[in-house]
Amino acid sequence: MKAPLIKISNLRKTYGQFVALHGINLDIAQGEVLCVVGPSGSGKSTLIRCINHLEPFEAGSEITVDGIPVRPGPDLDQVRAEVGMVFQSFNLFPHMTVLRNVMLAPIRVRKMSEADAEKRARDLLERVGISVQADKYPAQLSGGQQQRVAIARALAMEPRVLLFDEPTSALDPEMVGEVLDVMKKLAGTGVTMVVVTHEMGFARQVADRVLFMDGGAIIEAGTPSEIFDAPKEERTRNFLHAVLDH
Amino acid sequence: MDLFSTFFNIPVLMQSLPQLMNGLLVTIGIGATSIIAGLIGGLFLAVLRLYAGPVVTGLVRAYIDVFRSIPLLVLLIIVYYALPFVGIRLSPFFSAVTALTLVSAAYTAEIFRAGIEAIPKGQFEASAALGLSNRYIMTDIILPQAIRIVIPPLTNNCINVLKDTALASVVAMPDLLKQATQAQALSANPTPLIGAAVIYLILLLPMVRYVAHLEKRFSRGRS
Ligand SMILES: Nc1ncnc2c1ncn2[C@@H]1O[C@H](COP(=O)(O)OP(=O)(O)O)[C@@H](O)[C@H]1O
Ligand SMILES: [Mg+2]
Repeated sequence: MKAPLIKISNLRKTYGQFVALHGINLDIAQGEVLCVVGPSGSGKSTLIRCINHLEPFEAGSEITVDGIPVRPGPDLDQVRAEVGMVFQSFNLFPHMTVLRNVMLAPIRVRKMSEADAEKRARDLLERVGISVQADKYPAQLSGGQQQRVAIARALAMEPRVLLFDEPTSALDPEMVGEVLDVMKKLAGTGVTMVVVTHEMGFARQVADRVLFMDGGAIIEAGTPSEIFDAPKEERTRNFLHAVLDH
Repeated sequence: MDLFSTFFNIPVLMQSLPQLMNGLLVTIGIGATSIIAGLIGGLFLAVLRLYAGPVVTGLVRAYIDVFRSIPLLVLLIIVYYALPFVGIRLSPFFSAVTALTLVSAAYTAEIFRAGIEAIPKGQFEASAALGLSNRYIMTDIILPQAIRIVIPPLTNNCINVLKDTALASVVAMPDLLKQATQAQALSANPTPLIGAAVIYLILLLPMVRYVAHLEKRFSRGRS
């Protein structure tokens, strides 16, 4: 077995008195697709936002990505260059065209030339099916299109890890499929994916491993069929009942 | 003597016009220098106030509060008449520019801070997650969006600075107002003062209209 790409040990996160993460231990393998499910407020976003240090965490916790420690300073620049993120609310840059959104980070962070960055951006937009809209502004696109641009923007850095925080939760139902399709295609490319999602169908079909969280802790982890067909924990069963029975 | 030849005496106006124009150039010189210096200082202060450590942030906040509270005329007189006692002797021009800039920077800092704070948190997070450095996050992502928000209040501040340049006449600066009062004394007729007032209006009314227009457009665009 290869060394894990992401190592999380004893990850604790508090907001004042409130403990959002109770000492999480988790290894994620290179190329793994990990889906994180659980009720609202269980700490799923907090967990993945710690991986690229959008949330600072408590002393004594340790996260490494490809051996690089996640902590403020030069190491963090390296980590963030390797870890892409896709947000629930897209967070595209509204004052730039779609093409510019995708070109920016390679130029600024990887010091790529304009021409190379544009070529890469156009290829990626093609891949997510947005090539026709390259010169439009984000506000002119539908939610599903914006989220596909956000995926292309993250991919432009050629990250080894992609973090998704409920990427389809802000979308109208008819646009969920087009975004999930792009993510399914990505899952076959060898990039490591950590996906917080309420799309159980997607998790069952695409995940190598499913993690169930509740109350800031990992309650249960296993293959999709272990979690969905034969959950061991009471809390997992209750959660799955609640989300699947409607 | 009828009203017209008292206040709108054309020969007197013509005679004083070159003097008024010289004054206008001085007024614009003081105003433009103070506006530009205030913009740079204000942006610098705003970024410090938002992102520096607690001590620096506290100092910046104290600066902003003090210079928004002190009457400009009092500040100007301190700079021109009091600083020489500690060996700092500034020309009338630099006294006026210093006082105007110190105050303008304080207002501008608050305007920029509000503009930066109005940018959604997700913009900071998305750019940080891409690996952009703090510098590029500011110059590429945050400031270009904040500029749109701050243009109306910044234009308002420009108007205030240009109006306040008239105070420079109390430190013997030959600005538009000073030239007008001198021309008035010379010709024993108040027409140059009216001329100066009209010139101020020609300079500032378009800016006032522009702000009103922008504010209307922004409030429509936000619905
Ligand atoms: N900035 C914050 N301040 C205080 N509490 C927070 C903050 N962010 C999240 N929390 C709390 O931490 C817990 C976990 O939040 P989150 O990770 O967003 O949950 P999830 O993504 O699973 O819905 C929640 O109870 C939430 O209220
Ligand atoms: Mg969440």
